[in-house]
Amino acid sequence: MTVVEERPAPPAAPPPRRPNRLWALLRNSWRQLTSMRTALVLLFLLAVAAIPGSIFPQRAVDSQRVTEYYAAHPKLAPVLERLGGFEVYASPWFASIYLLLFTSLIGCVIPRLLDHIRALRLAPPDAPKRFDRLPQSAPSVESAMTPAEAAAMLRKRRFRVKLREHEDGSVTVSAEKGHLKETGNLIFHFALLAVLIGVGFGHWYGWHGNRILVAGADQGFCNSLAQYDDSTLGPRVDAADLPNFCLTLDKFEASYQPDTGQPKGFEATVGVSENDGPVKTREFTVNDPLRLHHANVHLIGHGYAVTVRFTDRYGASQTKTVPFLPVDGMFTSEGVAQFPDVNIDPKTDRRDPALQMGFEGRYLPTVGTGATSTYPAENAPALFLTAYRGDLGLDVGTPGSVYSLDQGQIETGDLKNVSGERPHELKLGETWTLDDGTKLEFLGTRPYATLAIRYDPTQSLILVGAVLGLIGLMLSLGGHRRRVWFRALPASPDSSGGTLLAAGGLPRTDYPGFADEFAALVKAAEEGNP
Amino acid sequence: MAELSNQLMAVTVLAYLAAMVLYAGEYAFGAKSRIGRAAVLPARELVGAGAPVPDDQPPSPVAVVPNSGRAEWVGRAAVGFNLLALLLHLGTLVTRGIAADRMPWGNMYEYILSATFVGSAVWAGVLLRRPALRHIGLFVSLALVLLLGADGMIAYTPVGPLVPALQSYWFIIHVSTIILASGILLIGAVPAAMFLIRDGYDRGKRRFPYTLGKSLPDATLLERLTFRLHAFAFPLFTFGALIAGPIWAEASWGRYWNWDPKEVWAFISWVVYAGYLHARATPSVKRTVATWIALLGFATMLMNLFGVNLFFSGLHSYANAGGM
Ligand code: HEM
Repeated sequence: MTVVEERPAPPAAPPPRRPNRLWALLRNSWRQLTSMRTALVLLFLLAVAAIPGSIFPQRAVDSQRVTEYYAAHPKLAPVLERLGGFEVYASPWFASIYLLLFTSLIGCVIPRLLDHIRALRLAPPDAPKRFDRLPQSAPSVESAMTPAEAAAMLRKRRFRVKLREHEDGSVTVSAEKGHLKETGNLIFHFALLAVLIGVGFGHWYGWHGNRILVAGADQGFCNSLAQYDDSTLGPRVDAADLPNFCLTLDKFEASYQPDTGQPKGFEATVGVSENDGPVKTREFTVNDPLRLHHANVHLIGHGYAVTVRFTDRYGASQTKTVPFLPVDGMFTSEGVAQFPDVNIDPKTDRRDPALQMGFEGRYLPTVGTGATSTYPAENAPALFLTAYRGDLGLDVGTPGSVYSLDQGQIETGDLKNVSGERPHELKLGETWTLDDGTKLEFLGTRPYATLAIRYDPTQSLILVGAVLGLIGLMLSLGGHRRRVWFRALPASPDSSGGTLLAAGGLPRTDYPGFADEFAALVKAAEEGNP
Repeated sequence: MAELSNQLMAVTVLAYLAAMVLYAGEYAFGAKSRIGRAAVLPARELVGAGAPVPDDQPPSPVAVVPNSGRAEWVGRAAVGFNLLALLLHLGTLVTRGIAADRMPWGNMYEYILSATFVGSAVWAGVLLRRPALRHIGLFVSLALVLLLGADGMIAYTPVGPLVPALQSYWFIIHVSTIILASGILLIGAVPAAMFLIRDGYDRGKRRFPYTLGKSLPDATLLERLTFRLHAFAFPLFTFGALIAGPIWAEASWGRYWNWDPKEVWAFISWVVYAGYLHARATPSVKRTVATWIALLGFATMLMNLFGVNLFFSGLHSYANAGGM
């Protein structure tokens, strides 16, 4: 229940002398748009429009799953794509709803702000003639207080008070309290606006990237676009704007429950150099990111990188450390080691594209009887690989996954399996000699950390806005506007030395406790309790 | 300990069920004797917008009048069983917490267990302060039985430690406030539905379910309780889901808002409940319409508790029902 009235369509305004249809239409549309009913409808639409984003995979959340969706629903996916189904929260229709809602909000709160400022400066209105029509009234109270004292008493209780002397000799005290409710409501709605604007700016001026960082000084990473596995810059961010820092993963520790293998804790130790300064050692973990100047480094995953050495037909060897991606909680990991520049005849110095090598398969930190790992830590590591010889298809320039071989090359037969159906098992330190005498050695593994590096310039501001909004909301929901009046009756035969007061009270918002408060005020006046 | 917790859980459901049966018994016994009295009740209709009725009036005569002694005793037994069930419910949570050696909020099963406990405790508080509302106990316990039953059957997860992503004090703040808020919002749906039934009954509807309205508390009382519960829970929910959640998400995933399905549905619930508060504050929108919006909010909460865990996968690591 409230008195904050809706702004309804105007009661048939007198016909203007020069009827301007367009103007009238605009004005009416604006009134419609800023009405509470419209706000309600738009709120609903917003809720409904958010639903598809939870049903269909979202590119911004997990682009991998979008790809899977394409594979599973080849007909539906392109249609959804056109409708923005994979980017619901960036789609024009979602934006149009919230922009309309916020336009409505602006149109609604600005006039209310002005009204409220006016109301704050206005003295509480004079007492109505009859109190008995009010929800609360006390017809006549033998009071130990003069009206001025009653006014002081009310002021002490944080009412805004106005004392009026009337020509007929009566004196009224008007008191009002609870403007904080509307203040809170306005703070809340303005905070919503501030948060939306903050989100917009964050989108424009923020950036983020993901990167797998393998342990070891030789695997360091410096903050530039080329070094990310994938990255997104806000529309107003230039690659040159990225802050300058370098990271090396010095140590990565993970601990697990002994029996179930559930993760217990992670700890990454990195060497950081900012702006070419000295290298400092810092530690961070899940939930506790590494906060650098204008960049936050979050630990979002980890895994094992496998180091293998390939020795080719001419005796030349190459060592590679390649991250394998975990496919289950026990860190069964899949990956590929590709050697495009091998088997180069030292006499001709020519590379034979039919003699490139690729090894694809799984790494199991703890090998059991099956094809998957049985524990996430490296208790009995083993590598299961299939060897491929031929054209890896890396030269064409189409960016493929670095975690699997180009399936197209295998289908066309340009890349052939040369090790048989079953993958070959390699224990740590073992060497595998292939049919042509070339060798693959499993030298070891190193941990890697999956890092999400982000900068969002407005997130602290948004937090401030949200907290302010919450305070406003609580003021708004907890506050009550009410008015109380006292009237000193002029003809009181002042025999007892007291004043005869009549009192009335009007709660202006739904306020169940008002009867008690009113009774307490009347009692205070009666007893002269300041 | 985990075993004990599971057994206590079953006993809890049985106790709520017993309370429900007894409430229903009182309902059936008491209904007849009350029809005549209803005519005597002073009409406490709202006079219109801007003229609220004092609320702290004596409890509605409906329940206080010592009606047929048998019904009264059955009703008291119902309350007794209800409070017993609440204690058992607490026991289930505590043993679960001891078994897991942490707060019992680590997965959906425990989350729903906690949220229903909050709802039940709030209901007990309402019951003690306003005995007049006892007559909706049937529906409160029904809701609790259904929610707990669904929790046990759909979302049961064996005791396990927290995954590292959940080891953060923001986890405690975020989850505890959301549990509090959703418990209150869940229980708030009961008076909301009862208001709609009672209001329909008052306006002469005699079809099922409006026939149930006959012995329900006064419509304005129900409506106001609905509003109070929602108005109290909404800021809590705002804090838990829209402030503490994002703070934690920022530390954990790097982004304060990720639009993963849990977040999407929390956002939807929030928007719908904001719609309820708006509708209730707008004089030209009927109270029944506003209350329907509150029930819609309840549906979105259920979706978030059960649906999202069953149908979608997301970043929320504890959002997987039934085993990890
Ligand atoms: C962006 C979407 C909006 C959200 C999330 C929102 C949320 C809320 C909430 C939660 C309340 C309850 C606080 C209270 O009852 O005091 C409220 C109250 C209110 N809102 Fe909004 N609001 C939105 C947009 C709007 C718009 C567009 C209008 C104007 C048409 C508006 C006008 C009002 C008014 C007048 C109240 C006060 C109701 C009262 O007197 O209690 N709001 N809003």
